Amino acid sequence: MDMPDTVTSTEASHSGLLDGDYDDAIGYYTPGEPIVDAKAPSGPIAERWSNRKFEARLVNPANRRKLSIIIVGTGLAGASAAATLGEAGYNVKTFCYQDSPRRAHSIAAQGGINAAKNYKEDGDSVHRLFYDTVKGGDYRSRESNVYRLAEVSTNIIDQCVAQGVPFAREYGGLLDNRSFGGVQVSRTFYARGQTGQQLLIGAYQALERQISAGTVSMFTRHEMLELIVADGKARGIIARDMVTGEIQTHLADVVVLASGGYGNVFYLSTNAMGSNVTAAWRAHRKGAYMANPCYTQIHPTCIPVSGSHQSKLTLMSESLRNDGRIWVPKNQADCDKDPREIPEEDRDYYLERIYPSFGNLVPRDIASRAAKNVCDEGRGVGPEVDGVRRGVYLDFADAIDRLGRDAVANKYGNLFDMYARITGEDPYAVPMRIYPAVHYVMGGLWVDYDLQSTISGLFVTGEANFSDHGANRLGASALMQGLADGYFVLPHTIRDYLADGPFEAIGEDHPAVLEARESVEQRIEHFLTVNGSRSVDSYHRELGNIMWEYCGMERSEDGLKKAIDLIRGLRDDFYRNVKVLGTSESLNQSLEKAGRVADFFELGELMCIDALNRRESCGGHFRAESQTEDGEALRHDDEFAYVSAWEWAGLDERPVLHKEDLVYTAIEMKQRSYK
Amino acid sequence: MKGARASRTTIALKLGMAVSGILFLGFVLAHMYGNLKAFAGHDAFNEYAEHLREIGEPMLPHEGLLWILRVGLIAALVVHVYCAVVLWRRAARARGTHYVMKKHTGATRASLMMRWGGVTILLFLIWHLLNFTIGKVNVQGGATNDPYNLLVDTFDVWWLTLIYIVAMLALGAHLHHGIWSAAQTLGWTGTAAKRQRAKTVGFVIALIVTVGFSLVPLAVLAGIITK
Amino acid sequence: MKLTLKIWRQSGPTAEGAIHTYQLDDVSPDMSFLEMLDVLNEQLNDQGEEPVAFDSDCREGICGMCGLMINGEAHGPEVTTTCQLHMRSFTDGETITIEPWRSDAFPVVKDLVVDRGAFDRIIQAGGYVSVNTGSAPEAHSVPVPKDDADRAFNVATCIGCGACVAACPNGSASLFMGAKVTHLGLLPQGQPERDERVVNMVAQHDHEGFGGCTNIGACTAACPKEIPLDVISQLNKDLRTAIKHGH
Ligand SMILES: Cc1cc2nc3c(=O)[nH]c(=O)nc-3n(C[C@H](O)[C@H](O)[C@H](O)COP(=O)(O)OP(=O)(O)OC[C@H]3O[C@@H](n4cnc5c(N)ncnc54)[C@H](O)[C@@H]3O)c2cc1C
Ligand code: HEM
Ligand code: HEM
Ligand code: SF4
Ligand code: F3S
Ligand code: FES
Repeated sequence: MDMPDTVTSTEASHSGLLDGDYDDAIGYYTPGEPIVDAKAPSGPIAERWSNRKFEARLVNPANRRKLSIIIVGTGLAGASAAATLGEAGYNVKTFCYQDSPRRAHSIAAQGGINAAKNYKEDGDSVHRLFYDTVKGGDYRSRESNVYRLAEVSTNIIDQCVAQGVPFAREYGGLLDNRSFGGVQVSRTFYARGQTGQQLLIGAYQALERQISAGTVSMFTRHEMLELIVADGKARGIIARDMVTGEIQTHLADVVVLASGGYGNVFYLSTNAMGSNVTAAWRAHRKGAYMANPCYTQIHPTCIPVSGSHQSKLTLMSESLRNDGRIWVPKNQADCDKDPREIPEEDRDYYLERIYPSFGNLVPRDIASRAAKNVCDEGRGVGPEVDGVRRGVYLDFADAIDRLGRDAVANKYGNLFDMYARITGEDPYAVPMRIYPAVHYVMGGLWVDYDLQSTISGLFVTGEANFSDHGANRLGASALMQGLADGYFVLPHTIRDYLADGPFEAIGEDHPAVLEARESVEQRIEHFLTVNGSRSVDSYHRELGNIMWEYCGMERSEDGLKKAIDLIRGLRDDFYRNVKVLGTSESLNQSLEKAGRVADFFELGELMCIDALNRRESCGGHFRAESQTEDGEALRHDDEFAYVSAWEWAGLDERPVLHKEDLVYTAIEMKQRSYK
Repeated sequence: MKGARASRTTIALKLGMAVSGILFLGFVLAHMYGNLKAFAGHDAFNEYAEHLREIGEPMLPHEGLLWILRVGLIAALVVHVYCAVVLWRRAARARGTHYVMKKHTGATRASLMMRWGGVTILLFLIWHLLNFTIGKVNVQGGATNDPYNLLVDTFDVWWLTLIYIVAMLALGAHLHHGIWSAAQTLGWTGTAAKRQRAKTVGFVIALIVTVGFSLVPLAVLAGIITK
Repeated sequence: MKLTLKIWRQSGPTAEGAIHTYQLDDVSPDMSFLEMLDVLNEQLNDQGEEPVAFDSDCREGICGMCGLMINGEAHGPEVTTTCQLHMRSFTDGETITIEPWRSDAFPVVKDLVVDRGAFDRIIQAGGYVSVNTGSAPEAHSVPVPKDDADRAFNVATCIGCGACVAACPNGSASLFMGAKVTHLGLLPQGQPERDERVVNMVAQHDHEGFGGCTNIGACTAACPKEIPLDVISQLNKDLRTAIKHGH
């Protein structure tokens, strides 16, 4: 496999540059035509979705059996779509890399799911959920999409309850709600700290029901490694049976990617070990635009890193911030003391101090950055890793006094247990230690209002698309989006596309199929024959360090340029020096990882380029060059109110940037202030 | 498994075991009560044995109730052993490959002994019926037509008593797990409290049965019960 | 810490397997059990020996992907998943025996990886409420008593890891099945299909080659989610009721 000559950061090209001269990414990309979402409906915002549903053409029930759909992913987005489309009578094939669809990463979501039910009569409404989501996303999402999301949110709860999802209830037998992640209404439905699990099991059961009915075929331990695009349409995938190693061709009329997020590009994240970008990245290389790849969400309440062996980070639900108080010692000298011995006056409850009206409930990015800042000041707590204490206290002493230990245990018991198990400390007695970690990606494949990518017939749902969250996602909104896409949006929009089907059958000998198969086989062959000296994991860890250091919570022009050089060098070395043992004819976990890490390299580079281009602080990310006098994030609506949609131009080529302008008609853009 | 029959499942087999086991239990308790009459002396015991054969007369023929009981017990035995064998074979297949190292955390020893304990009881039963009912074997060579004397002659032999005591321990272990197990199988233990109660009841009854049965042979051996 | 690891290695589903012994130095008590195996695998990779295959995904105790027999106990000595087990539960110099789940219904795929597809097929047989998307009534139209909802949640936390089967001397999946039957049986939404559900699930369970339960209780002791034996009682009761109803 040929490796690219690296393009150095100094080699700046101004060809065709349209914008002002502040663009730090000059030389790293090629400007492209702006894009418009052709499917975006107009008219009053509240009527757009019903109009679109009405306009979407119908498919005769008798024809549905003849139409085949491939769905990659069985998380909330994939399982819900597969179940719904199976029920509707289409011929569905689903894929996941785990041994069961029930294990998709959605299972790990803890806190809850939002819905504009207004059961608390506290002023919530579809419009308010819409408003909060757009504002939470720092005005970098599409208003039509977000409105639709808020609109169908209520149906999700009905659906899940009917499936038997055991949401928390009040004594009267009705559903309970809590307020979550920086909003002032209680609209979050939850099932103790295991909401994602319960929702996914609900969707999984609906999916299994269709499998037994024969409308859906499930392929577990099958990894999609390539997309088949024939005659301009997505027509199938190449998948590897991870047990036998067989490379299989699966053809269909339409392909849906619900393959989740790529937070693992940072190596350490709260994502599952297998979460990857391969499905999306392969589609990107075949022509699907990647939107806002640098938008990552860093979650403030994770268990800090304990050493270099760490394989992943564990999230503690954000709901902990409802009752826990965050602090660090005022004096560096106190940082290694037993926190219980630090008197009240020597503690800095920094969130309550800086943001008095929101206190510990400020949005995630603000809480994360504030934690990083106090640790950078040298006031972090916990063990020193690489010379710095990276941790802040999350203290429940007050809550235990106020509510009693039992009430606290009742609310957070399982989280406390988890913490105790991982750290060996008792959080009822000693304050927990937390630190931010990568958690979610708002970026993903670009889709239009119908969730269709720039490749005709390729739909993308859930975290894999660039989604409805703009530059930052509100807590409890990813589950909502995954299920909204799968149960209520995609089934309507995909039928408009399928109304033209079934498309002319393509054979396994179609040139597009052969090309896709060959490229997969070549890649596998390459990894198995390099026989270098370093393990895949060691490369992944190093890539992750680069990403976290330079493309994490805070980014700068110099840092990002350095990162790009480092990534290119490392990727080059990876292809020459990686060591993957074993064969491709059986389960080979190193081989699986090698393919994923290879794609992470390319993605990581694009993320840095995207971050370089976006010289503004907004949502989940902070550009050092763009801050207010008191160090708060500064957004630039005049220059950056667009979605960056990147087009793959080839391995050694500069990616092409297409901008989609964000236009707000139903909401006014405001600078966020949580002070 | 659409159209599956509930009565063909492993749980139905378990229900068979539980119901037949409970029938056994009823018999065993009554039998133990009868045995204890030995403490009341020769006549009381033999009268009781005779009375058993006369219950229900003249509506039933002589030994009528006893035969009904016997048929019931034989049927229960067939069901119990049949289900045990089927479940045993299934379980052996389900765990075809053994662990190199296995601890049975959370399991009582009694629960792990059910099958071999059952076999022990079955062997005992065969001997027991030869001894007292069908064969009327008197190893001391004495009379066999007098139940009380047969009993005393039998347990005067130390190793016969030992066989009985071992069998009673096996029975005790079987019931210790079996009683709670039957309650669970019948779905009567849906809460932690009920489960605990069933376990306690199982233990107490097992203890009563083991001690109650063992008293007579030991008393004979100790010379408390004599001809 | 220094450890001696005795690990089951088996190159494929039909291959012969055997225990291999490895030495591992420099294990930190803060590592999770799987991170310890990661370190071993790095070492093996460096030495040119193929790494040990084992399953894991979330590594936070919720996906149910991980699961090893550790010193004769499913998920090891603590009540938790293998991924949440930490090396501080072991002592320096210890020998640890690691095997895959053993069950006829969970064939070994490779090394420590087994195929738990049988669980999915049990769910396919009836572990769901038949409700089509979009046909659900307003969520508040059916109240559920809080106690029932809480109990349903507690048993619905089963992660489908298979430790119950691995620990059960009979290789029975009754705890797993009971958890689902109890979860759906406690809710009004689960009532219409209650009889068929239990019959079909148990029949599938038997068909897959799991053993019958003799109420030994090793399953609940190994269950990382502490699913109680109540659920097996409920399972039995539901089946008995189904027989009564003529199924
Ligand atoms: C610890 C944690 C807690 C969270 N808590 C919350 C919360 O409280 N509320 C909230 O709203 N959100 C929460 N989130 C975010 C939310 O869980 C996810 O964004 C969401 O579940 C993603 O769902 P998904 O269906 O898009 O993808 P996933 O659930 O990630 O599913 C991806 C699927 O794709 C398959 N797949 C991937 N690649 C391939 C391939 N190449 N071939 C075949 N199959 C493939 C996988 O097997 C899997 O089935 C949390 C996230 C984390 C990490
Ligand atoms: C004849 C030989 C016997 C054999 C081979 C045998 C075997 C077994 C086996 C294998 C079990 C299943 C274990 C379990 O479910 O926990 C069992 C259960 C039981 N046995 Fe026996 N047994 C025998 C005799 C008896 C006798 C004589 C009694 C009573 C006095 C008895 C009472 C029970 C009870 C109450 C159960 C519990 C049923 C259940 O599990 O639901 N058994 N027996
Ligand atoms: C030490 C304990 C026991 C003693 C001393 C004892 C004694 C006797 C005696 C004397 C008889 C003959 C009664 C008669 O013919 O009228 C008898 C019959 C019988 N015993 Fe026992 N027994 C003991 C334990 C058991 C146990 C544990 C079982 C069952 C598990 C059992 C099952 C039977 C049966 C089935 C009969 C035959 C009843 C019939 O059909 O007539 N016995 N026993
Ligand atoms: S019942 Fe417990 S041990 Fe069994 S699969 Fe569920 S969580 Fe695992
Ligand atoms: S250990 Fe096995 S026998 Fe039953 S109670 Fe648990 S399934
Ligand atoms: S890896 Fe998910 S439960 Fe252990």
